[in-house]
Amino acid sequence: MRKIGIPEIEDIALGAALLGAGGGGDPYVGKLVAIGAVQECGPVTMLDPDEVPDDALVVPIAMMGAPTVLCEKAIGGGEYKTLYETVSTFYGKPIYAFMPIEAGGVNSMLPIAAAARLGLPLVDCDGMGRAFPELQMVTFTIGGGSATPMAMVDEKGNSCIFRTVTNKWTEEMARAVTMACGGSVSVSLYAMEGRFMKEYGVRGIVTRSETLGSAIRKVKETAGKTPEEAFLEITEGFRLFKGKISDVLREVRSGFNFGKVVLDGIGEDKGKTAYVEFQNENLTAVVEGRLMATTPDLICLVDTETFTPVPTDALKYGKRVLVVGLKCFPLWRTPEGLKLVGPRYFGVDTDYIPLEERCKGGC
Amino acid sequence: MYKLGIDVGGTNTDAVLIDENLKVVASVKQHTTANIYDGILNAVRAVLDQSGVNRAEIGQAMLGTTHCTNAIVERKHLAPIGVLRIGAPASRGIPPMVDWSPDLRRIAVQTAVVGGGFEYDGKELAPFDAAAAAAFFEELREKGVRSVAISCVFSTVRSDHEVEAARLCREIMGEDVHVSISSEIGSMGLIERENATILNASLYQVAQSFTEGFAQSLADEGITNAQVYLSQNDGTLMTMDYARRYPILTIACGPTNSIRGACYLSRLKNAVVIDVGGTTTDLGVIQNGFPRESGVAVTIGGVRTNFRMPDVVSIGLGGGSIVRQREDGTVTVGPDSVGYQITEKALCFGGDVCTATDIAVRLGMAELGDRALVAHLSEDFAQKALDAIRTLCEDSLDAMKVSSEDVDVILVGGGSIILPQKLAGARSVTQDEFGSVANAIGSAISKVSGTYEQLIDYDKTPREEALEKAKAEAAELAVAAGAIRETVEIIDAEDVPLQYYPGNTVRVKIKAAGDLA
Repeated sequence: MRKIGIPEIEDIALGAALLGAGGGGDPYVGKLVAIGAVQECGPVTMLDPDEVPDDALVVPIAMMGAPTVLCEKAIGGGEYKTLYETVSTFYGKPIYAFMPIEAGGVNSMLPIAAAARLGLPLVDCDGMGRAFPELQMVTFTIGGGSATPMAMVDEKGNSCIFRTVTNKWTEEMARAVTMACGGSVSVSLYAMEGRFMKEYGVRGIVTRSETLGSAIRKVKETAGKTPEEAFLEITEGFRLFKGKISDVLREVRSGFNFGKVVLDGIGEDKGKTAYVEFQNENLTAVVEGRLMATTPDLICLVDTETFTPVPTDALKYGKRVLVVGLKCFPLWRTPEGLKLVGPRYFGVDTDYIPLEERCKGGC
Repeated sequence: MYKLGIDVGGTNTDAVLIDENLKVVASVKQHTTANIYDGILNAVRAVLDQSGVNRAEIGQAMLGTTHCTNAIVERKHLAPIGVLRIGAPASRGIPPMVDWSPDLRRIAVQTAVVGGGFEYDGKELAPFDAAAAAAFFEELREKGVRSVAISCVFSTVRSDHEVEAARLCREIMGEDVHVSISSEIGSMGLIERENATILNASLYQVAQSFTEGFAQSLADEGITNAQVYLSQNDGTLMTMDYARRYPILTIACGPTNSIRGACYLSRLKNAVVIDVGGTTTDLGVIQNGFPRESGVAVTIGGVRTNFRMPDVVSIGLGGGSIVRQREDGTVTVGPDSVGYQITEKALCFGGDVCTATDIAVRLGMAELGDRALVAHLSEDFAQKALDAIRTLCEDSLDAMKVSSEDVDVILVGGGSIILPQKLAGARSVTQDEFGSVANAIGSAISKVSGTYEQLIDYDKTPREEALEKAKAEAAELAVAAGAIRETVEIIDAEDVPLQYYPGNTVRVKIKAAGDLA
């Protein structure tokens, strides 16, 4: 158990942007929502998963809708109380704690605001350990968990909770409610018992975000190492490529950002070329024609000077980036996990081979 | 008829006179003074003396100044204000100024979030709570506040609640209260737009002082027939009255003016401009004759805003950059500089510091100071320094490009003599004798503009029809700002599809500009 205050929020936001693996969106507004809540209601208590009783009700909090709408309407602040009441009433027992569903973007921040406003603890655990684009892409799906009953509330006080027969229906209904409510809503989904969270959740993810954020902030202060060495050591990252962006190809299809960024090597990689393909998040990294990393391992692009994460929507010609691979949560590497988020699910025709094996013998 | 262009920078105040055919007839560079009035007066007097032009023949006078940027960065002369946001029950989770540094947050005497605002499609989110707003304004009046910032959720889609609040504010606090409303200042993104509005509100006294100072110095010099304008950061002009209402729009007009001036001197519509000063070099891009805008959030004095700014990269390289040789033989240039002391400290002027300018003199690239004083520098050392300068410049040039294709480059600024005439990635390199006062020229030749921004569903309004309507709206805004209707043209049009929206919703943004009446 420990406290999360404003300095911790800053680091968590920065680290979560790295774990977004190119996606997740800009956490800025989410960070302000968390800071606003903590300024008003005080720091949040964060629990280790093992500190949560087995039969306690734990609820992930997130937002759905267009990021541009969230940037305009923000959060009213009363949503989390309405969510609490809606979910507690439905289950007939009080919510014990909130948790994030993913690391990356605003969704890494909003559960902190919810916890602060309700005076409930936050659990150091999520369902991805990174960001993914689709609703069912959480470790809880592997354990048989369901996104519904899902509760949705808007800033005006409207709320609903519903059950569906498939994930497809969940998407359909969630989208309809979101639009009716004005384009962005706060949601609770995959509500679960403590024992299920402990078995399938990605433990320690908030702490990991914070550690990564703090490391990026202090990367130039590490004695005896170059900033790059320090960065790779703390992130336990595999250095895949360092290059200058020479081209960015983009396409928007059925609500997703598809694309490819082409890199010309600089420094030790001078003379080589590489490319990274993405669908919201980065999917594959290919260096000199050789596949070096694929989803569900994390492929992160960071600025070569500041080591701050470069999301896919900020990719542009001439930017210098370091491509780093990070190992994903072990459950994603099981057959069930790969069925949900493996390369073939995203249309990449290759078997999944773990990052560390692909990188054997140098990058 | 002549145009007088003035640019007040941190170090220099430049002035130029331009005739009807937009030809430069005189140009001067003077030191900026602590009191704006004297510096402008000196520059105006000098440029008039040099040209011998009759004062009565000056029809337009334009001023670009860094006053607002300095006021924010130094936290000086900022006025106490009230901050009203319309949007409850939405947006309450992020109180106004939540991530501002405490020393700057102090400018807000009182803040309030009241009911009102809109949805993305223009539906009312909540009715405007006029009673709560009125109570807030009463309180401000009692506290003696004279400036108010008003923002509203989705006011970029519908501004009625902001306009109604502004009317109420004047009714309660008096007609002379300074009111800033966010829909007239920023674009999408409530927090960034509100931040820019708050800064604007707190700058009203600064704006008053520099507009009055400018008018006074012109009057004292006998320039009484001129229409007077201020430079905005998008390369267009605004009237004195407009500048008093929207001082925030003058932020960063210096780099913009220099890019526009370079564009004018070179006659190129698309190019990269490299402006070399004494300490830093700014690189910017001209697209269709206007500066390319930055796509990322712009931070001013630690405050994040989202209003238009030129996309400029600054590097620590200038005429006064210090050149050093390391033990391993490699040569470094900058980022530290002797700055304005170059005429005392540089070798070629009899000083004891080797600067980038000395390298240019040693290699015969410039005739400056005394060449004999740099003769002791070895050819090898000088070439290595030039290579370092070239690498710094070429890397930044590359970062400004949008593709690997070569681009035209325009060199301006007093320090541009230090750059080699050939740069990798540059198709051509252009220079002009008036390049050192490009910013004042940019100020003098600016146009006036109007920008229109809206979310539109193309399924409801076909794209062609929607764009035509938006272009007409933008042109009307330009005319309202002072442009001659016949000269107005659309200088920027973009429609960005918004994912996750139903139907076919896009954000349409159109900018129109025309010549001054």
